[in-house]
Amino acid sequence: MAAEVSSKYAVQMHGITKRFGSFYALTDVDLDVERGTIHSILGENGAGKSTLMNVLYGLYQADEGEIYINGKKVNIKNPTAAIENGIGMVHQHFMLVENFTVTQNIVLGSEPTRGPIGLNMRKARQNVLEIVNKYGLDVEPDKLVRDISVGMQQRVEILKALYRGAEILILDEPTAVLTEQEIDELLAIMKNLIRDGKTIIIITHKLKEIQASSDKCTIIRRGEYIGTVPVEGITEDELATMMVGHSVRLVVDKTPSNPGEVVLDIQNLYVKNEQGINAVKDLNLQVRAGEIVGIAGIDGNGQHELMEAVNNLKKCKGRIILCGEEIQNKNPKYGIDRGMATIPADRHKDGLVLGFTVYENTIMQKYRTDEFSPGGRINRKKMRSFAEELIKAYDVRPEDCGPKLAGGLSGGNQQKIIIGREIAQEPKLLIAIQPTRGLDVGAIENVHKMLIHERDKGVAVLLISFELDEVMNVSDRIAVIYDGHIQQIFEHGTVDNRTLGRVMAGGEIEDAELAAIRKQKQEAEAAAAAAEAAPVKQAVPEAQAAEAVTEEIPEAQAEEAEEAVTEEIPEAQAEEAAAEEFSEAAAIEEEEVPEEETPEAAAIEAEEAEEAPEAQAEEAAAEEFSEAEVMEAEAEAAEEVPEAQAEEEAADSPLQSPSMEQMQNTLAQMQQSLADLQKQIEEMQKALAGRQ
Amino acid sequence: MSLRKKFFSNPFVLTIIAIVLGFCVAGLILLAAGYPPIESIRTLVESMVGRPKDISSVIIRSTPIIFTGLGVAFAIKTGLFNIGAEGQYVMGCVVATMVGSMLDFPKPVAILMVVISAMLVSALYAGFVGLLKARLGIHEVISGIMLNWISLYFSNWICGLDFFHKPGTVGMYPVNPCTYTMILPEWKRSEAGAAFMEKYPILKETLGRTDVNAGFVVAVIAAFMISHLLNRTRKGYELRAVGQNIHAARFAGINVNKSIVHAMMISGALCGLGAAFYVTGQSPHTVSTLSAFENVGFNGLSVAFIAFSSPIGCLLTGLLFGGLLYGGAGLQSKVGAPTEIINIVIGVIVFFCALSYLIPRFVERRDAARLNKKRKKQAQKAMKKGGAHVN
Repeated sequence: MAAEVSSKYAVQMHGITKRFGSFYALTDVDLDVERGTIHSILGENGAGKSTLMNVLYGLYQADEGEIYINGKKVNIKNPTAAIENGIGMVHQHFMLVENFTVTQNIVLGSEPTRGPIGLNMRKARQNVLEIVNKYGLDVEPDKLVRDISVGMQQRVEILKALYRGAEILILDEPTAVLTEQEIDELLAIMKNLIRDGKTIIIITHKLKEIQASSDKCTIIRRGEYIGTVPVEGITEDELATMMVGHSVRLVVDKTPSNPGEVVLDIQNLYVKNEQGINAVKDLNLQVRAGEIVGIAGIDGNGQHELMEAVNNLKKCKGRIILCGEEIQNKNPKYGIDRGMATIPADRHKDGLVLGFTVYENTIMQKYRTDEFSPGGRINRKKMRSFAEELIKAYDVRPEDCGPKLAGGLSGGNQQKIIIGREIAQEPKLLIAIQPTRGLDVGAIENVHKMLIHERDKGVAVLLISFELDEVMNVSDRIAVIYDGHIQQIFEHGTVDNRTLGRVMAGGEIEDAELAAIRKQKQEAEAAAAAAEAAPVKQAVPEAQAAEAVTEEIPEAQAEEAEEAVTEEIPEAQAEEAAAEEFSEAAAIEEEEVPEEETPEAAAIEAEEAEEAPEAQAEEAAAEEFSEAEVMEAEAEAAEEVPEAQAEEEAADSPLQSPSMEQMQNTLAQMQQSLADLQKQIEEMQKALAGRQ
Repeated sequence: MSLRKKFFSNPFVLTIIAIVLGFCVAGLILLAAGYPPIESIRTLVESMVGRPKDISSVIIRSTPIIFTGLGVAFAIKTGLFNIGAEGQYVMGCVVATMVGSMLDFPKPVAILMVVISAMLVSALYAGFVGLLKARLGIHEVISGIMLNWISLYFSNWICGLDFFHKPGTVGMYPVNPCTYTMILPEWKRSEAGAAFMEKYPILKETLGRTDVNAGFVVAVIAAFMISHLLNRTRKGYELRAVGQNIHAARFAGINVNKSIVHAMMISGALCGLGAAFYVTGQSPHTVSTLSAFENVGFNGLSVAFIAFSSPIGCLLTGLLFGGLLYGGAGLQSKVGAPTEIINIVIGVIVFFCALSYLIPRFVERRDAARLNKKRKKQAQKAMKKGGAHVN
């Protein structure tokens, strides 16, 4: 409920109602922001949070309601009036002059003058530096805006507001474009500003940031005021529930992957960007059937060019192999015809023809099949029935949108059409680029479910996203792209945001770690190994703990597996462990036995375990399996040695690091024993099946 | 959306409004120039549809414009601005005349050959524009305008060649009668025909005194075929997708470059078709040396705009255009007003068509204002009532 009007509050908006035609964007919304606090406004896309802030900033006029600044009623007709009242706003899309310097941008419109027409840029620079130093906003005042990073551009925007004397800062989705590190810096800046008595309002739909930054949070749902809560002592789940009105699962619910053969194989790929510079350099990546590979990375590290090459929108060097066939340097249709489907990053540009009806948009690829256009004539009845099914299956709203233009739908519903359309092609490879961009929590959950469902059907899924959490939660393997190549690949759950962030930023720390490991190998010093490996070891169980809330058994298994490796008595113990694993898991669900090992166990284990499901598939041919598979596994194991070593050393750090040959021997032994185990498992399974 | 707003968002209604406004402005200009506005416009309309002969002439006059309008409308639907329609039409005329003057075949074969050759050359001429756009990224307006001039001087050069130039005239040899597409051209000149038409004055007025030809019928068929091609076929789907969003089309695996070339070729073929029926269906059945463009293609642009690029709409706006051009001559002879007034009317109509997207908004705002007024009045009434009660 609305608080009493008081000068304790920097901003009070009471009973704000805003109509657009007959549509109520805001209905009787209250907002009370105490001075010197960070206040979040939380809501789904289209809930009206930006509208509310635009009313405060004078971009819109409220139809009803009152605004008080510091307890005084004000009438904010336009942004100029807002600035006069000490309100500054940093928009999601920066409004900077690219070819001006930082200083010029900051003072633009209120430049210090010398005489009637002269500019005093020296004074301007001084003024800017003063504010910069006061709040620890790190900018370079003489650089051109086009040459500085996105994070710094945002700081320039904040400076612009502060330079104009803003006491109240509105930040519209400030973290959408920032990296993890930049977000931390932004949070620190915000704390500094608060200490100086400024008030900050953040528009966001990211729950984590609210927890990290804000004192209070106002939730808006469908233009209506839901409530204001203190952030301390409230969980993300509670916030999410208030925001969407129903409980949303934030942890993505999925079983471990069950990868099959390689579907997409990218080899030594080079792609040039618009400027003719190689944006993708010697990139290698494999995506197998039945797994989701997520590409994590900061925007501009070659993701865009990689996708253009894979989709045949751009020429490239190297090989892109889809199901054994080279598809590079052909045309987009070539890949599509061979089982590739892509959910593009920009749904308005690449995904939909907004001037087409929803019906027409659902057959963007299928229109050319004889099923949909026999004899070159579009079968409209078929098109309609297909589209109606898709609309129903993916819950596109409004339900009767079929004959309407796709441009009239909301972003989430447009995305549903694209996803439904691409999945309806029954692809072998599904590429999802930023599939949840601009969607709200409920819609994001749906998209993730669909991707996982496709994976479980045996589709190879390649996910590219700038949302670290999305990549972390949805992917089975996470490939970090940096400067045009894959910097490193992690298994699901073996890495945390921080570590990933470090690799995304160029992996300098990672290099150091690797170097240390190499050094330690040479010197064979156990102490050094222990010191270096400690953080890594810590990281693993942490990630597991986060993942394992619902699955306690795998964790236990992982521990057992780790023990098995540590103590280097593979035969007996591994056998025991596997047998235990089997019986435990079998009690739950027979088929998941070998899968459960995958993400948690160390690299070697994982590598071996991946072979297991294949073996399982060949239930009848147990004898055939053993030899051939072991050979293969050995070959792979040999390739994987450095990585495997690193991982293993991490695990068994207290003990002496074994030499290369020893390791390989051990490996071979373990392969053998595992193969034996496989046989045993199969026998047991048969027995179990027989019993059932 | 209110019913009123829906009504005022209908392109057909908007076109009518634009046309009415166009005539209003023309009336004001006539008034300012010292001519009686109502009288003048009535004369204009009368000379368009006053007699059967006028109607017939309007249709004949409209036919080439309808074809070029169809061509331009088709291009717009596929995201291209075919300002080169003029040049494609000129090329079509030259080729039709060249081929038609050399041929001596049985009628259907001869007509078919003229039509096909004119369509083919115009299609290639337009396809070149498409190729330049698809391969080199040259905007179709630039290359279109350039090729317009090239076609004009190509036409004049052909006119001057000994082989084609008819001595004693400024033009080429006319096409042979075997290619004529008028309705019953020999019969209506024969005695039997004359005697028959004597009995039916309407026939005598129209068939007897004007070059009634098959062009309009073909134009109607072409309009429906183009409409069908665009909306119901695989090819049309591709072309429209490329026109509406070239990026999404490319992403979905449509060959965008091929689509651009094909769209231009179809657009050009329509212009060529119009040219063939102009040369074979209307006297003088030939091409003369031109000092300037005849504006058939450029008028097609206006026709397509006013029709909101609907192929069927082009039939109606093409007729309106032909009528204005034909009636304008009557305006001059009867009232003495300059024919330029017709150009003003056309200009104003195009102008208001371009502005017509504002009309739905205007209606909406007025509706809202009215509603507010009503509410206020009711509130006042309620207050008064309450007040009276207290008293």
